[in-house]
Amino acid sequence: MQEKKVLLEMNHVKKSFDGVEVLKDISIQVREGEVVSIIGPSGSGKSTLLRLATLLDKMDAGELIYLGKKAAEMKEDKKGEKHCVYAHKSRLRQMKRYFGLVFQSFHLFPHFTVMKNITDAPIHVAKVPAEEARERAMKLLEQLGLEDKADAYPQQLSGGQQQRVSIARALALQPKILFFDEPTSALDPELTAEVLKVIKELAREHMTMIIVTHEMQFAREVSDRIVFMEQGVIVQEGTPEEIFETSNPRLKEFIGKLNL
Amino acid sequence: MDFAAELSKYIPMFAQLSEGFVVTVEIFALTLLFSMPLGMLVAFGRMSKIRLIRTLAKVYISVMRGTPLMLQILVVYFGPFYMFRISMGTGYRFPAVIIAFVINYAAYFAEIYRAGIESMPIGQYEAADVLGYSKAQTFFKIILPQVIKRVLPPVTNETITLVKDTSLAFTIAIAEMFTTAKQIAAASTSMVPLIGAGVFYYVFNLLVAMLMERIEKKLSYYR
Ligand SMILES: Nc1ncnc2c1ncn2[C@@H]1O[C@H](COP(=O)(O)OP(=O)(O)OP(=O)(O)O)[C@@H](O)[C@H]1O
Ligand SMILES: [Mg+2]
Repeated sequence: MQEKKVLLEMNHVKKSFDGVEVLKDISIQVREGEVVSIIGPSGSGKSTLLRLATLLDKMDAGELIYLGKKAAEMKEDKKGEKHCVYAHKSRLRQMKRYFGLVFQSFHLFPHFTVMKNITDAPIHVAKVPAEEARERAMKLLEQLGLEDKADAYPQQLSGGQQQRVSIARALALQPKILFFDEPTSALDPELTAEVLKVIKELAREHMTMIIVTHEMQFAREVSDRIVFMEQGVIVQEGTPEEIFETSNPRLKEFIGKLNL
Repeated sequence: MDFAAELSKYIPMFAQLSEGFVVTVEIFALTLLFSMPLGMLVAFGRMSKIRLIRTLAKVYISVMRGTPLMLQILVVYFGPFYMFRISMGTGYRFPAVIIAFVINYAAYFAEIYRAGIESMPIGQYEAADVLGYSKAQTFFKIILPQVIKRVLPPVTNETITLVKDTSLAFTIAIAEMFTTAKQIAAASTSMVPLIGAGVFYYVFNLLVAMLMERIEKKLSYYR
């Protein structure tokens, strides 16, 4: 069988805040259709990694490549020193089409209806005809069980519904990869379940996803691969079986703690 | 007694008073018209990445808010003469008042806008960024509409203060309402014009408050 195309490549990524190295030489590859979960203790750099991948922050060193196109690469200057150089702004803006990001606290636009939250970027950023954007949004809302909420404002929805709308908002731009940063951490268990169900459905449809999560059981079920991070490095990476039957004491301890 | 004759005594008085009303409303409207956008510009300056611009805006705001408006009116009116020996003539009175009001209120509005803009959660910018909105789209579509809603209550307060402040135009004897009312009162030794002026200001404020409330209601389609 032919290997699936690599959608995202991050090579030797480093990032410091105020002189403290938060990511130390991280490399990760994601292929089409893969679901990768990132787990690890608080402060290990998971969110930072997603923020670098989604261009919300800039890395200090390393490469960021989407579909073979370099968003950032290491280049030598005249003195022979290597620097991380990002592509031109307009190119980066084009690359943003490749991915979507679902935030822990949704960040829906409160002054837009659910429908407008989902259709505004497709219409005004991706230049999709309004009618088509609305049809696409309606389909997504049905798929996510929100067809009767099109005209509601975000504050009129439960947290779980808001998170599903934010997933629809991201999907409406038809990204190749969807990132999630702890999509259920702001939700109580019942609402968590409905959001996880949606993500599982997306996985069945072979949506490529990178999910930062503390939900171990969910990660185990949904992932093709799990990445365990600690203190800015990838400690271990493998299939759910490999991760849950690890002999690494740190990983064992981490999983054990969360499974209590 | 001839009632009509009694009433006709007041006609020129009310004509004169209403002239004052018109000037008051003019000062009010022109000040809002220019100071609200200028305030936005100053707010941007205050939040600029360039330090010099930031400092200039900061000093401007602090001077405008830290000195009396009355003094500012006098400086704008007499400044050209005392500083440059330029005689502006009486036609400059009204523009001088407007300029002073505009630069003063722009400073207050700038601080209100800045507080409003800075109160916006960073997540709104980040969500817009990931969705591919440009900086301008993000500001005008996502941030500004929410900021307008947030700043409406303090803007209302400022607007009501402005109605009362219009009587300061008095200081350089512009044919403004209180001035007119006082002149008329002195000439006819009657309280009627002063009461008339009081009623006018009260009703004017009431109307402004009602209008702002309507706008606020209109913007309450989301919480
Ligand atoms: N903007 C920032 N400025 C300074 N330090 C930061 C910044 N963002 C993150 N950090 C620091 O970087 C480290 C990694 O943070 P990060 O948010 O990536 O961790 P995380 O793995 O997502 O943790 P959690 O599970 O709590 O979300 C932390 O020590 C954090 O304090
Ligand atoms: Mg995090």
